[in-house]
Amino acid sequence: MSVKTLVIDGKDVSGNDNQTVMEVARENGIRIPALCHLDGLTPVGACRMCVIEVKGLNKLLPACVTRIEEGMEVSTNSDRLQRYRRTILELLFSERNHICSVCVSNGHCDLQGLAARHGVTHVSVPYRYPSCPVDATHSRFILDHNRCILCTRCVRVCDEVEGAHTWDVMGRGIEARVITDLNQQWGTSGSCTSCSKCVHVCPTGALSEKGKSVAEMAKHREFLPYLKQMREDHR
Amino acid sequence: MTLLEDLQHITEEEEEKDSKFKYHINICVAAGCLSSQSDVIKKTLQDEVNKCGLAEVCKVKGVGCMGPCSGGPVVALAESGVLYEHVKVEDCAEIVKSLEGKPVERLVQSTDTPFFKRQVKIVLENCGKIDPESITDYIAAGGYRALTHALAEMTPVEVVEEVKKSGLRGRGGAGYPTGLKWSTVAKAQSSGRKFVVCNADEGDPGAFMDRSVLESDPHRVLEGMAIAGYAVAADMGYVYVRAEYPLAIKRLKTAIKQAEQQGVLGNDICGTNFSFHVEIRLGAGAFVCGEETALLASIEGNRGQPRPRPPFPAIKGLWDRPTLINNVETFGNIAPIIRNGGEWFAGIGTEKSKGTKVFALAGKVQNTGLIEVPMGVTLREIVFDIGGGIPDGRSYKAVQTGGPSGGCIPAEHLDLPVDYESLARVGSIMGSGGMIVMDDTSNMVDVAKFFMEFCMTESCGKCVPCRVGTAQMYDLLTKMTEKRATPRDLALLEELCEVVKNTSLCGLGQTAPNPVLSTLEYFRHEYYEAITGGIPAGPAVEAVS
Repeated sequence: MSVKTLVIDGKDVSGNDNQTVMEVARENGIRIPALCHLDGLTPVGACRMCVIEVKGLNKLLPACVTRIEEGMEVSTNSDRLQRYRRTILELLFSERNHICSVCVSNGHCDLQGLAARHGVTHVSVPYRYPSCPVDATHSRFILDHNRCILCTRCVRVCDEVEGAHTWDVMGRGIEARVITDLNQQWGTSGSCTSCSKCVHVCPTGALSEKGKSVAEMAKHREFLPYLKQMREDHR
Repeated sequence: MTLLEDLQHITEEEEEKDSKFKYHINICVAAGCLSSQSDVIKKTLQDEVNKCGLAEVCKVKGVGCMGPCSGGPVVALAESGVLYEHVKVEDCAEIVKSLEGKPVERLVQSTDTPFFKRQVKIVLENCGKIDPESITDYIAAGGYRALTHALAEMTPVEVVEEVKKSGLRGRGGAGYPTGLKWSTVAKAQSSGRKFVVCNADEGDPGAFMDRSVLESDPHRVLEGMAIAGYAVAADMGYVYVRAEYPLAIKRLKTAIKQAEQQGVLGNDICGTNFSFHVEIRLGAGAFVCGEETALLASIEGNRGQPRPRPPFPAIKGLWDRPTLINNVETFGNIAPIIRNGGEWFAGIGTEKSKGTKVFALAGKVQNTGLIEVPMGVTLREIVFDIGGGIPDGRSYKAVQTGGPSGGCIPAEHLDLPVDYESLARVGSIMGSGGMIVMDDTSNMVDVAKFFMEFCMTESCGKCVPCRVGTAQMYDLLTKMTEKRATPRDLALLEELCEVVKNTSLCGLGQTAPNPVLSTLEYFRHEYYEAITGGIPAGPAVEAVS
């Protein structure tokens, strides 16, 4: 393992060569926004909120999967990137039916939080208003497709941490949906252990606990870095 | 007997058998002509030959694509060079009877036309000449000599050097230098196996180059893959071919079986310790699986969606092993390069784009079909000389290259040489070789909408800009074609183009806006006409508020 030095937003920083730009940035107090990324899960680079500019490269790179390199000059918050991020957030709001005022996760939602941080005061692309079902067949949890942003955190936590692989994705493009088992009702899933990990890593109100009213669904993710650390120590 | 002597022996036998025949009637049995019943015509021709007692001197042979697909079913007389088009069952008796005399005038298509004269065939050299289901035919045409030569006379490093020297670039569309890719995989450290993958997931609307090569000359692709396997030290190859190509799959399967029996695939090829096996993997109809990381995920049995690169497949590919991925046409170029040398190949084409390119010429053009031209010919030569111009007295409007990732090139750029850089400069791409000609009846907003719908339905849904952005752009374009759009919609469309292009995860999303961007550049007035309230006053529409 060797140490590499680089510049992020004008600041000289250093990190180990197996670290990503996002990790090194965070260690140095620079917050790069992300929706699909969560510490403890395999990064997939899907939400594109964390794209950064690297000097000398035409393409934007996702900070969550880009390893640091010696002499890299990274810009994480240019006007252009801010504009792109706002558009991505607007696209997400337009995709399904995100009505914050009646959502269980109001006030505890990553999507809402990022929108506020990025000054998304309105959505300029047309709302698509798709008709999305709600699966309330599980005894303790609810899946509301209206709030899902397809970050696949639930898919990954269930597969990588819980080891159940109850969740997966079906369909493609704008028709893609998260599913339990082979697209059967969550309540009838034979693989679900009802561990609630998926509910708590979910960034929005798509997965919630039953009995929670508007704005009551706070998520608790402390278990994830803890479990990850325990596993590494055990190894 | 060594393999090379064996191949020589087969060739001599084949030639001797062939010399007994005074006449060879070749009939195209690739998918295009088969769809107009060339199989029935082949049988009828054979029956007629038997009836006339010519079975001893006349051979009726099914061959691969001869090119002029719009003229199918196509029949060629090998000896006299006569080409018959639009042959019907009732013509067969006449064709056989006229073998000794004058050809059947009403069916004859002159081969003394630019369509045939302007082409240079390397990848398609055997297409239309050999029986795609016969390995002996391929061997008799010089097949598998490049492989035996590489194994016997060259080191893997020398093979890579030869490919580098040729200047060959990836024919899948992006044009990455093939030699460089090979040497990266060859040098990649691996404790276990390495893999060679042939990308035959051809999916651009209007493109049928790879299908034609696989249907007409499948052994060429296998030989290219085996040489690649030797060069990068891989012992396993996969051909990822879409399930919508049943004939290509069938012929490929036959070819693999024959090659294994012949000993040009399998264990200890040519008496060396080099082993190479090839298996077929079928795509289930997702366009995005043509993207290399999605293709690998699909071969591994996972959901076919791309992942961020790096790591590139050359370092971490199939099951995290170094993997060489090239497309069908790229592999099709390998045997001739090894046979004739890299310098020979580099002598064809332009400074940065070497060799030839196969195009599937389609749309509003007289001669639709499969063509192979040297890099650097102009679009005008392709459309007007080889293609024969626009039918029905209409005028040329644009040619679309690169499918849903490409753009529309207007008349002002007709004299552009066809190479990777020139096409990119005018907002399109070389792409895999689909070329759709449009006349003045085409509306460019409709064209953009068509390709956007394609990208929307083919997006895997993994990343946000591509998943939602293509759907939003499609809705905006629909509004325009229905004359419901406002200037604000146009501004929004342009903004979405920029975001989707720059932030999407893989090539599908990054290039999805190209058809819109290129039509906006050259046919902007058509977008203005699609907006209610007519043309906006300023050159630029007010930014979205």
